[in-house]
Amino acid sequence: MQSLSNRSKQVSQKEMTFMESIYLPAIIGGLMITIRHFFAKKITIRYPEIKKLFSKNWRGVHVLKKDEQGRERCTACGLCALSCPAEAITMEAAERKKGEENLYREEKYAARYEINMLRCIFCGLCEEACPKEAIFLTNEELAPSRMDRGELIFGKDKLVEKQHDPDNKKRGGGPLEERLFHSKENSSYKSTFEGISNS
Amino acid sequence: MSEISLFKVTIDGEEVEVAPGTTILQAARQLGKHVPPAMCYYTKLQGSGGKCRTCIVKVTAGSTKDPRPMPKLVASCRTPVMDGMVVANETSPEVIEARKGVTEFLLINHPLDCPICDQAGECHLQDLGYEHGAQKTRYDFERRTFDKIDIGPYVQLHMTRCILCYRCVYTADQITDKRVHGVLDRGDHSEISTYIEKAITNDFSGNVIDVCPVGALTDKTFRFKSRVWFTKPVYAHRNCPKCTGKVTLWYKGDDVLRVTGRKDKWGELEDFICNTCRFETKKTADWVIEGVVNVDRHSVISQNKYTLKAEKPVVPELASKHTGEGTWDHQLK
Repeated sequence: MQSLSNRSKQVSQKEMTFMESIYLPAIIGGLMITIRHFFAKKITIRYPEIKKLFSKNWRGVHVLKKDEQGRERCTACGLCALSCPAEAITMEAAERKKGEENLYREEKYAARYEINMLRCIFCGLCEEACPKEAIFLTNEELAPSRMDRGELIFGKDKLVEKQHDPDNKKRGGGPLEERLFHSKENSSYKSTFEGISNS
Repeated sequence: MSEISLFKVTIDGEEVEVAPGTTILQAARQLGKHVPPAMCYYTKLQGSGGKCRTCIVKVTAGSTKDPRPMPKLVASCRTPVMDGMVVANETSPEVIEARKGVTEFLLINHPLDCPICDQAGECHLQDLGYEHGAQKTRYDFERRTFDKIDIGPYVQLHMTRCILCYRCVYTADQITDKRVHGVLDRGDHSEISTYIEKAITNDFSGNVIDVCPVGALTDKTFRFKSRVWFTKPVYAHRNCPKCTGKVTLWYKGDDVLRVTGRKDKWGELEDFICNTCRFETKKTADWVIEGVVNVDRHSVISQNKYTLKAEKPVVPELASKHTGEGTWDHQLK
C-alpha cells in the first residue's frame, strides 16, 4: 500500500564497506562529539545550590500582602477559594476588634487562611480573583517539597509577608533564606546558600 | 367571575392575558420572561414599590381605545395594565439606558464593600449592577457614611449600604403589631432608624433581614461566619406555634449556620418566619429536612456544589460513621 505521508524509507540491506566494517572512524567520530561536550557551555545547573532566575510572571508559592501601613489586605471574601479549581484554599473570617486597626485593613479579616500546597496547581486564578490585591504568586520560589504532608498545608504563618515591600509586588514572606530554611536541620544548606548568594 | 374579561397585554412582543388591576410587573411575572428588575417592590408588602425606579418600562401603546404611547417611562410595579397595552422592556434601548442611569444613582452612596458584606452572593443590587451597571463610577464626592447600629440582639443595620427601598419599614408596619422603626429625615439625609436606637423586640422582626435587597440589614448570628456560596441551602420545617415553620437551612458541613425564609423565584419570601425559627433553632435535630434547594445553575450559590453521589467508603469504620443518624446525608435519603 502506498504511504500516506510519503516519509517512509526503505530499509537498505547492503553490505558494509571495508572502512565501515573496521568501526574505527565511527568510534572516533563518536568520541569527538563526547570530547567537544567537555568544553562546551554546560546546560545543567547544580540545583538546589544554584537556582535559575524565574521570569517575571512565574507563578510560585503564594504570599498574602500587607498594605503601606503594614495591615493585612485580605478580608476573607472567599473569592480565591471560589475560583480555585483544585479547591486548595480554605479560610475562616473574623471581625476586627477595637485596637486592631493597625493589623487589618478592613473590618473583616481572615483569622485562618490555609492553602493546601499538595492540591494547588499554581494556576494563579486566586491572584486574578482577589479584589483586594492581597494574594500573589511569588516569582522566587518553586512549589515546596517536604517529607510530611502536614507541613504542606500552608497557614498564615507561612503565607503572610513579614514586612510590606512596596518595590516588589510579588515578593513576600521576608528574606527568602528564612522562608526556605526555617528548620534547624537545614542549617547546613543555609550556609551553602549564603555562600552562593553572596558571590 | 366569568363577566370579568381579561386584559391582553403585549410585553416585548409576547402576549399575556391578565386580570384587570394587575400591574405591568406582575403581568411580566405571569408571562415568566422579560421581567423588569425590582429593588423596592415586594408583592407581599402593601404599598411597596415606586421608589427605586429600576423597574421602569416604556409603554408604546396605552390601550386599544387610546393607543398613544405614554410620554415618559413608567414604573412597572405601580402601573396597572390596560387592555391592548404594548410594553417594551428589554427591547427598548431607552429603557436599558435609563435603567443604567438608575443603577448609577443607586450606587452613588453604596459602598464597594462586597468582599466584606454578608449579603454578597444573594444581593439584588449586585445582580442589578452586574446586568445594568457601568464598569466605573463617575462620582467623585465623599459618600455618605453611618455608624453601624445594633437593632436588638439579632439584627444589625448598616445604614451606609441602604438604598432606601422602604421594604423593611413596610414589613415592620404590616406584619408586626406596633411600628418601631421608620425613615428619619428627608432626601439625601434620610435614613432607616429606630427612635433613639430602640431595639426591635417583635417576634417577626427578623424578616426585615430577608426583605432587604442589599446588605443593610443583616443577621448578627451569621455575621462573617461564612460566605453565602460556601453554604448549602436545604428546605426544612418544624412545628412552630407562631409561624408556618417552613424555612431554608444554610449548611456548612453538618452545622446550620443560618436560617432564612423560603424565597420564590423572584427573590421574595413565601412565608414570614418567626425569630425563634430564625435565630434560636440552629440544630439539625430541631428540623425535619425536606430536600436540597434547587439553586439556579448560574447563581454563585451553586458554585462548587457537586451533585455526584459519593462512592461507598472502603474502610468499614468510616462506612458505619457515614450511615449514622443525625448526619444530614442520612436525612436526605
